[in-house]
Amino acid sequence: MSAIALAASIGWDREQMASRAALDIPDGAYVNLGIGIPEKVAQYVPEGREVIYHTENGLLGMSATLEAGQEDPELINAGKKQVSAIPGAAYFHHADSFAMIRGGHIDICVLGAMQVSQTGDLANWSTGSVDAIPAVGGAMDLVAGVKTIYIITQHCTRTGEPKLVGSCSFPLTGKAVVSRIFTDLAVIDVTPQGFKLVELAPGVELDYVRQRTGCELIADDWQ
Amino acid sequence: MIDKRVDSVAQAVDGIFNGATVMIGGFGEAGSPIELIHALIDLGAKDLIVVNNNNGSGHVGLAALIENEQVSKMICSFPRTANSTVFPDLYHRGDIELELVPQGTLAERIRAGGAGIPAFYTATAVGTPLAEAKEVRNFDGRDYVLEQGLKADFALVKCARADRYGNLVYNKTARNFGPIMAMAANTTIVQTGAQVEVGEIDAEIIVTPGIFVDRIVTVANPVHESRLVNDGRTYP
Repeated sequence: MSAIALAASIGWDREQMASRAALDIPDGAYVNLGIGIPEKVAQYVPEGREVIYHTENGLLGMSATLEAGQEDPELINAGKKQVSAIPGAAYFHHADSFAMIRGGHIDICVLGAMQVSQTGDLANWSTGSVDAIPAVGGAMDLVAGVKTIYIITQHCTRTGEPKLVGSCSFPLTGKAVVSRIFTDLAVIDVTPQGFKLVELAPGVELDYVRQRTGCELIADDWQ
Repeated sequence: MIDKRVDSVAQAVDGIFNGATVMIGGFGEAGSPIELIHALIDLGAKDLIVVNNNNGSGHVGLAALIENEQVSKMICSFPRTANSTVFPDLYHRGDIELELVPQGTLAERIRAGGAGIPAFYTATAVGTPLAEAKEVRNFDGRDYVLEQGLKADFALVKCARADRYGNLVYNKTARNFGPIMAMAANTTIVQTGAQVEVGEIDAEIIVTPGIFVDRIVTVANPVHESRLVNDGRTYP
């Protein structure tokens, strides 16, 4: 078995990462989901919890699935994909939508990451490369305004570099904004003392995670 | 008598001058006033500063306006589209300027501009490259960055229904930047899917009151940008 295939078989896959994050979305939460793996979280929120999804382009009450008969090119999410609205949904303009975000009315936002630092700094919009077209969207507003920021990300980059680091080398999206990180290997909190292990994915050893983390990982309960 | 209706998209965009700042509604294709943008291409005004969340798609609408080299500067939050290389090509050649603004700050700058607020403080972008060289002030223990309101000479907005006063309602997430851009422009130009009699829109549900609107043209069956892009269409 090749090293890559071996690596892929360890820990949680994308669906399982989304499913694990969904466990931490409480009943009654107003939630904004970023593009990519975070979008999948909506499919896994445990039954019996009522969660309202916000999309920053002007809809509160986005459905997790596209309902037949509701297709409209002018009913889309922040990723510009067609979505549906639940009964009880509301539409609003962009300034109101970001008042919900900036004003602290959204409870949880789930985003992807390029790097997260041990102080909770997030880099997820630019590598700083001079050739790239910079594009930020609503990420900086979300991390500045939403009460709790969850990150779903692979523990390392495709080339094996740690994404959880002492300090971010990429341009920041926000400083000291991340609460909890769900990776393919573990669930990790950002605490005043640094990264703290909450849970290991099944079959993953603590040392395996530590070797792939760019700074100290507190794991007092695993010693 | 107040009647803001005009007969054609050409009349609607008449007077947009070289060097004008033009706010264009829409988030992706939702709310993009494509027929008005194409009329602006026909008009040919150049050196425009365009405010829009994105940079268009394919070779129609906003992407076509940029491709036609009528835009000298874009003010936007997300200048990347999977199926468009129009903006990146010009940007890499140094032929178009970009002012990158976080999406919520862009929205609030437009709202502030329309509400007579010259500047405001926001926590968004503090500690990031987008706050560099901007004034930072601490309120109650937290840092905020000073951002300026944004106004325009013209706004191009798409809505679902309008009356001759300019009262507007929108379609779903096509509302996005429309109401605030209508407030922030000296001349707000609206394309509506349907025209209705004054009094027909319940006063309780009017989203944009007519005071913010100057010209209305009916485009009964607006094209969808994604369909034009899928069909490989170009403009002009």
